[in-house]
Amino acid sequence: MRTVVSILVSGLSRIGLWGRGVVVAIPYLWLMLFFLVPFLIVFGISFSESIIAQPPYSSLVEWLTDEDAGTSKLQVLLNISNYFRLGGDDLYILAYLNSLRIAAVTTLLCLAIGYPMAYAIAKSEPSRRGPLMMLVILPFWTSFLIRIYAWIGILKGNGVISNLLEWTGITSGPVEILYSDWAVYIGMTYCYLPFMVLPLYSTLEKMDPSLLEAAADLGSRPFKSFLSITLPLSLPGIVAGSLLVFIPAVGEFVTPELLGGPDTLMIGRVLWNEFFANRDWPVASAVAIALLLVLVVPIMIFQHVQGKQAEAGR
Amino acid sequence: MKRMGFLSWALWFGYAFLYVPIALLIVYSFNESRLVTVWSGFSTKWYGELIHNDTLLDAALLSFQVAAVSATLSVLLGTCAGLALVRFGRFRGRTLFGGMITAPLVMPEVITGLSLLLLFVAMEQWLGWPDGRGITTITIAHTTFTMSYVAVVIQSRLAGMDGSLEEAAMDLGARPAKVFFVITLPLIAPALVAGWLLAFTLSLDDVVVASFVSGPGSTTLPMVIFSSVKFGISPQINALATLMVLVVATGIFVASIVMTRQERQRKRDEQMAIQNG
Repeated sequence: MRTVVSILVSGLSRIGLWGRGVVVAIPYLWLMLFFLVPFLIVFGISFSESIIAQPPYSSLVEWLTDEDAGTSKLQVLLNISNYFRLGGDDLYILAYLNSLRIAAVTTLLCLAIGYPMAYAIAKSEPSRRGPLMMLVILPFWTSFLIRIYAWIGILKGNGVISNLLEWTGITSGPVEILYSDWAVYIGMTYCYLPFMVLPLYSTLEKMDPSLLEAAADLGSRPFKSFLSITLPLSLPGIVAGSLLVFIPAVGEFVTPELLGGPDTLMIGRVLWNEFFANRDWPVASAVAIALLLVLVVPIMIFQHVQGKQAEAGR
Repeated sequence: MKRMGFLSWALWFGYAFLYVPIALLIVYSFNESRLVTVWSGFSTKWYGELIHNDTLLDAALLSFQVAAVSATLSVLLGTCAGLALVRFGRFRGRTLFGGMITAPLVMPEVITGLSLLLLFVAMEQWLGWPDGRGITTITIAHTTFTMSYVAVVIQSRLAGMDGSLEEAAMDLGARPAKVFFVITLPLIAPALVAGWLLAFTLSLDDVVVASFVSGPGSTTLPMVIFSSVKFGISPQINALATLMVLVVATGIFVASIVMTRQERQRKRDEQMAIQNG
């Protein structure tokens, strides 16, 4: 084993600086090919026409050869009707607004539940913080689908909540929460909560407790100290956590599909249906591009925050 | 005093919110009745049915293969990426590179899935590869979105690491590759393990991207679960979920024990080194 490693090491050592280039180039090329180029293709196909063929979209660029004149020309057809369809149909606009609203409510609910949790963990004894955070992250390691599934049994009519309400006499009949916007809020908050708690905890944990002690010595009430010291200092965590929840939530598909009703329109669902049910790849691409345009500002803010954190960690 | 009361109340509420659904899921997997939420007696028959469900077992096997291969690939790629971001300073195209690493973390799955499928279709048209879609395309797709998570894990481990050991090795004349294999790699080993497990879990969990890039005959476990859940709840899924929770909980428990022990050993070694030196 040792000789294998030493041969490997001496072999690689000879590569030297050239090896450094390879270390950057491999992931760089991979991401270019499988992350950047696909977006360009989606962008291109969003300007093509849906046709019945394999693959079901028209080609943007065509070589036209004129036999008589003996000339040939390059024809580029850009079809912008897909975008007009998005702007002109209430269904799409409603789906966009709904997605933004549901993502915003989910983010606020995650913040409302996650902030006190992160604060309480950061305030607890150092030896207990690790296990407590572990308990927050643990559900994230179990399947997302299974966690959504768990809520179906709880929220449906004759489900756990319904039975509980009936048994205590609060309601007289079964209550159906499933297949409504509320079911989607609950399910999404449940799934995204760890993503909120993690960045909040890491900013709150780094906070210097002597600041709060100083404020208390100077006669500040705990609540005022919280508002004027803790809250502003934890703002980077709030921003990072909110974006980590909000951005993927806007494009969420599985939760509204399983917990939402038929009228819980979200843009991820619309894209899915255009692609799988209608087999209209160009419109699905246009929906994806429109979704990206909505998310481009939040994504850039997220990258900025993320980059800053990476710098600070150094 | 009153505030502390509110905080611990909030903490317990949070944990209850996170764990009660999973606990109920496990309890009802032992329910005799087909109606999942009506308790009619203890039974393990759903576990028995699970073992004979060939569709589910085939899908599980495929998912494990895809998850293992893509996790390994994304640890290789993610380690290179993390190393480049933390240790190489500024290089040409670093901003774009950093952007391509962080964007997949928040990118909605439907966009990732659609864009990768369109790429595979276009590649098949122009290059003749990949020939159809299946296990290869799912593995590539999963590697692409999981390598970002691995890169971030490695990045934070490298950034939080003391660079003086590497510098000392360089001063003593070790070449960069030797420094990496002898010093850096053992130090970031826990992050490599964590990254691999994270990538494995994410791959095993994905239904949206896999639905886009899979072909006929390659159905992953989450795809099977998704379609059966859409038709309604069934105790078999509860039984499967219980097994998955059990595996994950055991895995995390063992991993945390091993890591704490290693950390303690490392601290002890450091103490010894200081005392002897």
